[in-house]
Amino acid sequence: MTTTTMAGTVADVLPPTRISARRTVRHSLTLAWRNIAQLRHSPEKLLDVTLMPLVFLTLFLYVFGGAVAGNTHAYLQQLLPGLVAQMAMFSTMGLGTALNEDLRKGVFDRFRSLPIARSAPLVGTVLGDTVRFLTVMVILTAAGTAMGFRFGSDPLRVLAGFGLVYVFYLAFSWISVMVGLLAPSPETVQGLAFLFVMPLTFGSSVFVADTSTMPGWLEAWTKVNPVSHLTDSLRALLVGGPVGNHVWFTLAWAIGIVTVTFPIAMVMYKRRA
Amino acid sequence: MGQVIRAEGLRKRFGETQALDGVDLEVAQGTVLGVLGPNGAGKTTAVRMLATLLRPDEGRAEICGFDVVREATRVRALIGLTGQYASLDEELTGRENLVMIGRLLDLPRAEARARAAGLLERFRLSDAANRAVKTFSGGMRRRLDIAASMINRPRVVFLDEPTTGLDPRARGEVWETIQELVRDGATVLLTTQYLEEADALADRIAVFDHGRVIADGTPAQLKARAGRQTLVVRASEVFRTEQLAAIVAELTGERPDVRAETGLVTAPVTDPGVLRAVVQRLDETDLVAAEVALRLPSLDEVFLSLTGHTTSTQTASEAAAAQQQLEGSVR
Repeated sequence: MTTTTMAGTVADVLPPTRISARRTVRHSLTLAWRNIAQLRHSPEKLLDVTLMPLVFLTLFLYVFGGAVAGNTHAYLQQLLPGLVAQMAMFSTMGLGTALNEDLRKGVFDRFRSLPIARSAPLVGTVLGDTVRFLTVMVILTAAGTAMGFRFGSDPLRVLAGFGLVYVFYLAFSWISVMVGLLAPSPETVQGLAFLFVMPLTFGSSVFVADTSTMPGWLEAWTKVNPVSHLTDSLRALLVGGPVGNHVWFTLAWAIGIVTVTFPIAMVMYKRRA
Repeated sequence: MGQVIRAEGLRKRFGETQALDGVDLEVAQGTVLGVLGPNGAGKTTAVRMLATLLRPDEGRAEICGFDVVREATRVRALIGLTGQYASLDEELTGRENLVMIGRLLDLPRAEARARAAGLLERFRLSDAANRAVKTFSGGMRRRLDIAASMINRPRVVFLDEPTTGLDPRARGEVWETIQELVRDGATVLLTTQYLEEADALADRIAVFDHGRVIADGTPAQLKARAGRQTLVVRASEVFRTEQLAAIVAELTGERPDVRAETGLVTAPVTDPGVLRAVVQRLDETDLVAAEVALRLPSLDEVFLSLTGHTTSTQTASEAAAAQQQLEGSVR
């Protein structure tokens, strides 16, 4: 630090009053790096997302396999795409809790006092959490393949499938962010997040491709449930078969979720200053 | 350049509490304003407002001529803030914290790294730079926090109770750090609960009570208004305490307070020159003192003389807490 910079006039360092989109993206990526650096220092934080797919895959495959599809091998082909969808959503649940804890710490005061976009710390946290998403996806796919799952379509469609889950995962993250900002304490975040995730993931076609045996009201719910559309898209993209309109419904839901939750999250974030 | 920080009629209410009740402040370039007051006086609220973290209900404030509400982004580029609780990521290392902030300030990667290294060196944190902040001691954390506020080479630095909870050695180190900032030409606003700290660091002091500025001036003016210092003397041979008390009485013209158990003789003084007279007389009478000192009035004494009450927000809430405890134990 030199005295000459201190003595410069204000005009020399005058930044623009608005933060450009390009700078917001860069600030968000820097803050995403913060989350990744944290994980590098304490990799044990990834333990839950490492074990969760293994436990779910093993349990559901061997508990339901025979009863639902006659044998576990046939069931695995429809279960794995479903679990890809469900685990993606489960992996967002830690986000709200972590954010709620983070907001109590001083580091968010630092972010607020810097000339960066208000949204950058939240967007950065969501992007940084991609590490958890990737962990879940890699472990789930590896374990599924080891148990006998086979991709039934070309690599491009498989890639498109995972791209679609990632888009939906990012959108769904904002529900977790919103809950994390609304909840009074980290403990309540988990409970509230479950209220969203459970009916969405279990009241869907995740575990059963054929929903016609469900009571009418539940079947009607599974038909509109975005998780069903995501699961059906994934079954077509990863295993094979017609995609239909499911991809479009999934994308429309993703846009809808962000449109509603992002502004609420931002208002809550500003209010908690 | 004149006034770098200017606030007029700042008011803020949180529910039932009027945290700020019309605060005016002015701080000239390159000077240090010490904001002195007990817990709950509104010091932190004022700092958060000036640092753009909190909107005032009423009133306005400017930093280097920019409005803290309408031109918040510009203000943020000119200030550095060190909050009461370390504004750092505990899980990251000291170096990572500083580099991250540099990157958020749009510094190129190499420049962010270089500036982080320079600040770590300057704040004597190089050895601990690659350790997670959660392993840092209180004093190291506070120093890193101040370093983090310096990355953008701010013109105005806000330090909210920078030494609260630190041991005397760490406090001394933080003081040195602050004095260095001032030498570099920064304008500093620091809050504190200790008159001693404001006296050592500040050019001017504003005393806060119940969200208002109740007194303001140079440390010397304030000490004069706050009344007298206290002379403290103790004879090394306890049986000569009475003889000592007689000397003190004669030289100060006040009846000293004598503690038989400790041999401590204290008396209020208005003229600091008394200290020299006392030392001289002790020498003449061959009386060896184990302790001779002039003590500044404490925050409580300052408040008592400025307001006629002690640091009441604290004592009132403490009394309420004590009352509750009492009731609890009765049941």
